[in-house]
Amino acid sequence: MVLTKYAPKDFKSDQEVRWCPGCGDHAVLSSVQKALAELGIIKEKFAFISGIGCSSRFPYYMNTYGFHSIHGRASAIASGVKTANPDLSVWQITGDGDALAIGGNHFIHAIRRNIDINLILFNNEIYGLTKGQYSPTSSKGLVTKTSPFGTVEEPFSVGELVIGAKGKFFARTIDTNVSLSTQIYIEAAQHKGTSVIEVLQNCVIFNDGIHDTVADKEVRDDRTLILKHGQPMLFGKENNQGLILDGLKLKVVRLGENGISEKNILIHDALEPNPGIQYMLANMKYPEYPVALGVIRSVLGQTYDKAVEEQITEIKETAKIKCMDDLLMSGSTWKVQ
Amino acid sequence: MAKKSEVNEREEVVIRFSGDSGDGMQLTGTLFSDTAALFGNDLSTFPDYPAEIRAPQGTVGGVSGFQVHLGHSEINTPGDYSDVLVAMNPAAIKANAKWIKPGGTVIYDEGNFTEKNIEKAGYIKDPIKEEKLEDYNIIAAPISSMVKEALNGFGLDQKSVQRTKNMFALGMVYWLFDRKLKYTEDYFEKKFRNKPGMAEANKVALRAGYYYAETIEALKPVYKILPAEIAKGTYRNISGNTATAWGFIAAAEKAGLELFIGSYPITPATGILEELAARKDLGVKSFQAEDEIAGICTSLGASFAGDLAITSTSGPGLALKSEAIGLAVMAELPIVIVNVQRGGPSTGLPTKTEQADLMQALYGRNGECPVVVIASSTPSDCFHYAFEAAKITLEHMTPVLLLSDSYLANGTEPWKIPQMKDLPKITPPFADKNDIPFLPYKRDDEKLARSWAVPGTPGMEHRIGGLEKTVKGTVSYVPENHEHMVKLRAEKVERVANGIPDLEVHGAPSGDILVVGWGGSYGYLITAVRELQAEGHKVSLVNFNYINPLPKNVKDVFRQFKKIVVCELNLGQFADYLRIKHQEFTYEQVNKVQGVPFTIKEIKDKCIKMLEGN
Repeated sequence: MVLTKYAPKDFKSDQEVRWCPGCGDHAVLSSVQKALAELGIIKEKFAFISGIGCSSRFPYYMNTYGFHSIHGRASAIASGVKTANPDLSVWQITGDGDALAIGGNHFIHAIRRNIDINLILFNNEIYGLTKGQYSPTSSKGLVTKTSPFGTVEEPFSVGELVIGAKGKFFARTIDTNVSLSTQIYIEAAQHKGTSVIEVLQNCVIFNDGIHDTVADKEVRDDRTLILKHGQPMLFGKENNQGLILDGLKLKVVRLGENGISEKNILIHDALEPNPGIQYMLANMKYPEYPVALGVIRSVLGQTYDKAVEEQITEIKETAKIKCMDDLLMSGSTWKVQ
Repeated sequence: MAKKSEVNEREEVVIRFSGDSGDGMQLTGTLFSDTAALFGNDLSTFPDYPAEIRAPQGTVGGVSGFQVHLGHSEINTPGDYSDVLVAMNPAAIKANAKWIKPGGTVIYDEGNFTEKNIEKAGYIKDPIKEEKLEDYNIIAAPISSMVKEALNGFGLDQKSVQRTKNMFALGMVYWLFDRKLKYTEDYFEKKFRNKPGMAEANKVALRAGYYYAETIEALKPVYKILPAEIAKGTYRNISGNTATAWGFIAAAEKAGLELFIGSYPITPATGILEELAARKDLGVKSFQAEDEIAGICTSLGASFAGDLAITSTSGPGLALKSEAIGLAVMAELPIVIVNVQRGGPSTGLPTKTEQADLMQALYGRNGECPVVVIASSTPSDCFHYAFEAAKITLEHMTPVLLLSDSYLANGTEPWKIPQMKDLPKITPPFADKNDIPFLPYKRDDEKLARSWAVPGTPGMEHRIGGLEKTVKGTVSYVPENHEHMVKLRAEKVERVANGIPDLEVHGAPSGDILVVGWGGSYGYLITAVRELQAEGHKVSLVNFNYINPLPKNVKDVFRQFKKIVVCELNLGQFADYLRIKHQEFTYEQVNKVQGVPFTIKEIKDKCIKMLEGN
């Protein structure tokens, strides 16, 4: 692809952004526009595909090709776009309801196939567009309009589901952390295969503050761990807390306590195909653990779209049938004089 | 040795091979029809098999049949009643007894008519007697023991020996119809290229059957079906599903586009996906999706990306695709949805035929959501209508629903092979640089088609989707805009009528009865109508392929007849549709919902009754 220099504003469409004031989506939009400007991919190669939900309005605000589709089906539509034209940079914008409830089947199968799309999942643990019902990621017991006495069901953990579906790239970020998000979107775009990014996104109207315990600026340094491949898993305002492996479990420790030094701290390996540690990292919950952010897993593997192209190229090379006329005349035919 | 003195020259003959689903009846029927086609007969075939892959052995539920109708003149149906029934077990007699022509020939494998099998088929002692077939030409052939003897010394296990029984039976039928064995022998050589022993064993069984038939006196008469007088050209046998798949490949080549199929396996449509999955040599991209919805959605994505995109399904799958069809209507993207109809509702009769998805095809979506609806009418014209469906969807930028049915999908007939140079061009309305700034819902004046700007095209970035839009592509809830857009989308579909052929009347342009059919019932209706015409009745036929929009000359055709009789395999869906579209006429109905096609006799009897009522 030709390297072209863009500014984030080149990716802004002429449409007025209609999300609620204070909604986390504004920050995601801005981070994505920043990331796209850095990628060096020509603008007409981007396609943004969405389903239904607040976040799914996203394509209208991007000055790229865009398709706002139907509820839950964006993974399937994006799969079709990428398979038809692997040369495009295909992005799916979805939410916790769109991807994990009505679109759960398409979500896991896109991941299983490892189609080279970038999937940004806005997780606000609530249905916003339908005005406040619980979602598949709502914590058990959450009181909403359809669970007035609290939900009685277990939520999905996005990372767990992605790894269970043979996912090869999983990252997590917070909507308002624009610099971390931008960096993650760039890495996701450069990764070949399905890249899932979970954004802890705040719904200011129906679930305000749901991520505050970890996302609030005052506390987030102590309650989140930003993972970097090859770096020790250290976190905290003083960068003096870290993770070690204690038996078969992760454990939070403090540097300088009980003889712990930096060399005892686990080094993050996002490229490790065995997902054991990454799985535990993705599932860490406050207060027992910090919540993991950054690229948790990034493993290379064959992508579906390339495999389809390669198979066609290979078969064409030795095929006897080169065009429709050849096919029409193949097999048993006879002449009537 | 029986002399072939009693050669019986016939216009046409129907043969049915019938046995357990593991007896190889489909292959036997296919080999026989290929041989007949190479000889120059016109023919039509119909496989009839149970939904279960291996239903309990020896039971009526497990009977698999293959019917071949061949003739010296034009053949349009697989035939109602068989002249020759090959029955590999008692259950095959049970399943087919009422479909044998009075006095017809029954060849059965005596060795398989054991007490146990007779009982399993629901008989007490003697199936032939209990079905009152004693006066028929009954040939009890010891097929099981004869193959055992013929293959003695081949070193084959018992199972492999018994697997050649169908070839012994086929050999008998070849003698009966005076056919050469060469084509079938060549087939064995090719199929068992790496197992010469098996090739030889099958050949021996085939010849043993042939000579056995020649030897026994019982087998008479010999049927001689002269080659049919058919137009000059190169021919091949083709089934409806293969023809449909090929129509799309041809259309993609003509349009200069890549072909993409997103689909989920479902009987009886799976053959289309299978054929296209095998066509990597022609660059077809096939995507076996996780479900029916993903089938159409991946296709819609491919369409957005600039491919000729299709999806294939059957009734239950069409129901699941409804919402996505609505999205295609709203986004005005080209896509062909093939629905190979089967018996419904729900899972219904998966392997049987019906025409009961018409209303679903026309109206089964939320909102004002018109699509073009086209129906194929013979196995081979599935090619033409698939090509037409692709041409319309690409040139008019509107989804097309193509209806086929189980009977067309699995049936085969000889087909005069077209040449690509003779097929029309397909020109999708791709946006060019004069369209910058690009307005996604700006239309051409003639067809009302919007321009197609494919991702990757510089300067034409735009957004489309399921929400109502203005011409510019901006989301709009303005009441007048919505109504305006609804009417434009409907008008766009209506204007497809400007490019479709007039309805063709088979027979005189006026008369007492106009038989009206649509899609797959053509073969039966044309045969019945021609027989009625030959008997001096003033009956003609129209068979609709273009359902929405209807051809423009419907009214002119209909008003020339005293009675209009709509015949269809449902409770009257097309008749009701005509009542909406052409209220000025009265419609009589002939309907059947038994999972099987009309018989010619049924149609003729109804028409004659109506004529007498005049």
